[in-house]
Amino acid sequence: MADFETVVVETDLLICGGGMAACGAAVEASYWAKKHGLKVTMVDKAALDRSGAVAMGLSAINQYVDLNSGNNTLKDYCDYVRNDLMGITREDLVASIARHVDNTVHTFEKWGLPIWKDEEGNYVHEGRWQLMINGESYKVIVAEAAKNALAEAGGEYFERVFITHPLMDGNKCVGAIGFSVRENKLYIFKSKATMGAMGGAVHVFKPRSTGEGFGRSWYPPFNSGASAFFTLYAGAEMTCQEVRFIPVRFKDAYGPVGAWFLLFKSVATNAYGGNYMQENAYELDKWEPYGKVKPRPANIRNWLMMLDVADGKGPIYMQTADAIQRIAEGAEDERAAKKMLKELEAEAWEDFLDMTISQAILWAATNVEPEKKPSEIMACDPYFIGSHSGASGAWVSGPEDLQTPETKDEYFWGYTGMTTVDGLFAAGDASGASSHKFSSGSFTEGRIAAKSAINFILDHNEAPVMDDAQVESLKAEILKPLDTFQEFKGATTDPEVNPNYIRPKQFMYRLQKIMDEYAGGVSSQFTTNDKLLEKGLELLAMLKEDQANIAANDLHELMRGWEAVHRMYQAEAHVRSILFREETRWPGYYFRADKPSMDNENWLAFCNCKYDRNTGEWEMIKRPVKYITQ
Amino acid sequence: MPSYVIPDKCDGCKALDKTACQYICPNDLMVLNKDLMKAYNQDPQMCWECYSCVKICPNQAIEVRGYQDFVPMGASVTAMRSSEDIMWTVQFRDREIRPKRFKFPIRRGVSEGQAQPFDHWPTGDEDIKSETLMGEPAGLNTERGPVKFDKVPTL
Repeated sequence: MADFETVVVETDLLICGGGMAACGAAVEASYWAKKHGLKVTMVDKAALDRSGAVAMGLSAINQYVDLNSGNNTLKDYCDYVRNDLMGITREDLVASIARHVDNTVHTFEKWGLPIWKDEEGNYVHEGRWQLMINGESYKVIVAEAAKNALAEAGGEYFERVFITHPLMDGNKCVGAIGFSVRENKLYIFKSKATMGAMGGAVHVFKPRSTGEGFGRSWYPPFNSGASAFFTLYAGAEMTCQEVRFIPVRFKDAYGPVGAWFLLFKSVATNAYGGNYMQENAYELDKWEPYGKVKPRPANIRNWLMMLDVADGKGPIYMQTADAIQRIAEGAEDERAAKKMLKELEAEAWEDFLDMTISQAILWAATNVEPEKKPSEIMACDPYFIGSHSGASGAWVSGPEDLQTPETKDEYFWGYTGMTTVDGLFAAGDASGASSHKFSSGSFTEGRIAAKSAINFILDHNEAPVMDDAQVESLKAEILKPLDTFQEFKGATTDPEVNPNYIRPKQFMYRLQKIMDEYAGGVSSQFTTNDKLLEKGLELLAMLKEDQANIAANDLHELMRGWEAVHRMYQAEAHVRSILFREETRWPGYYFRADKPSMDNENWLAFCNCKYDRNTGEWEMIKRPVKYITQ
Repeated sequence: MPSYVIPDKCDGCKALDKTACQYICPNDLMVLNKDLMKAYNQDPQMCWECYSCVKICPNQAIEVRGYQDFVPMGASVTAMRSSEDIMWTVQFRDREIRPKRFKFPIRRGVSEGQAQPFDHWPTGDEDIKSETLMGEPAGLNTERGPVKFDKVPTL
């Protein structure tokens, strides 16, 4: 076995991850841990200042419920989320986040995040729930507060330590194991409660760009399914694993469209000027009642656009020039119009520069001045992200006080944010069925779950029991790719081509090809059927066997190897869940050609699943959808 | 390609305790060639073009060249980040189009390192079993009082 030092870290609460949810957890947990004399430890695979989905920055805060205004209620937010997800949502979780999120946003402002204000000092809304920010340093600021919170409470954080597996004592999570990507060290964290907040998954499906632009995914390529694997391997029940998210963005560089649609009131058309939202409206009847709600669900908007693409009416354009012209026409005189245009231009570019700089490069490289000509938009690739208009993640307990007599038995088991595994909590993209939490809501969910985890520790303040055999076996398994490479590298003259092993990159490519062609990826216009899915599972099973032969020549590649394995488990959960749900509910995300309609009678339900790490068996579970607002 | 390093400007961060770009890259792509004492991007295909390395480099030695499988050549977007704002310069492929320059704030009212995590508002209920989070309920309210959504200008 490769020569590694083993470092053991003992803590009360372990937070795995470093993004928005993990930082929210670190701040809130530190606040309560300080009062109760407990220790909080955070572990991030990258550097806290620029890790997670907000690493590059953001141009908007997409969840601000503004309850204080009196215009919006928790029910309004639940209605919005439930409709956008075609009826499949845990309203108790959505409401739980929504009732706290304004406090989070106000706190961000206290930490120095510049939120746009109008002349009267009020926040500038991008849309009903969205605020505009100068968000280049959003993550830097939030990370700074998290570090300061940990320091004040006597906690600690580790950077560049990649968590691979949870450590288990029966159905209780007692910590996590991983390795440093900088030095030959294995880390064993022993904890009384553990939070999984390691983001969603990208590169499970083959992306549209397969050359240099492979990494230009909409969601970051370093979100590699760690959360899904962590909770699955622990034996936690998972939910909404079929609910992938495919955003429509500016073509190729995937720059945001929110400001254009919401703030600038722009419309999108096909190449012949037709407005597909109007011209294809006949299709909405088929997806009632959700097809007719406003705003239209994200997948339905995708679907109406995809119909035009399939009809040969592309390219699809965001009519940026028209939108800017219309706004400028509202100005009092020519001078005011000129000033307004200049401001709009800066806002349009900042929207990209704050969060998708590649789109600014692409516009500059193709000589796009948005006030002069329209720009192409396009559906991206499928992503797993529980925080946006996707829903995949672990099945977690909601808060007791938000349950009704009908929901309590189904949705509450003691500790808010806890999975079905004792002591294992999840937040952000790691927790499912609570969509539309975005950055601010993910941070908030981390806070809620962290306070609950501290409560769990106080109720169960016992030293974690470690199974040494389990730890030793995992150590060997984690390092095996390094050993495999050393053992066989001399068998051929080129380390890339060797019959004894598979390198992580090829492993990922194989996974992506399977998913693309069998599970409804880009190349099949997101369409699949039961037979394709079954065939996909057959190929996934062989890929899983070949996991034993992954080879890595250094720590970086060892991380890539485990990232690929994590992605594979996310993929299998996805394929099994699409197969289990015998209907098409989210056209625009995926289409099951053998079950082309929505079946509310049988499938207005959660499709949950569990993985047994000892037997390799999957269990599919149908759970009722019960609303708290109706 | 994403990020690339200009050899004449990169000094391998020899005066610092760690290589800045290697420290910050969220995808573990920037590495230091210790023989040359120059950094490089070890896997450009996995680069998100997040500019974290560009922004942190003390010598402005890192720039980004657009992904060549879909970006025509000749344009550039450069960033200069200070502790309070960021300055962007956008150079078009067509040199007839005047380059654009933007400056945006990145922080307001709190200097770097000074974000105080706790106690911006009193916490109304200190019971660990309550649903009250730090700073609630006072921190849920805006200091300016109720705002009507339809009165908020969209621009």
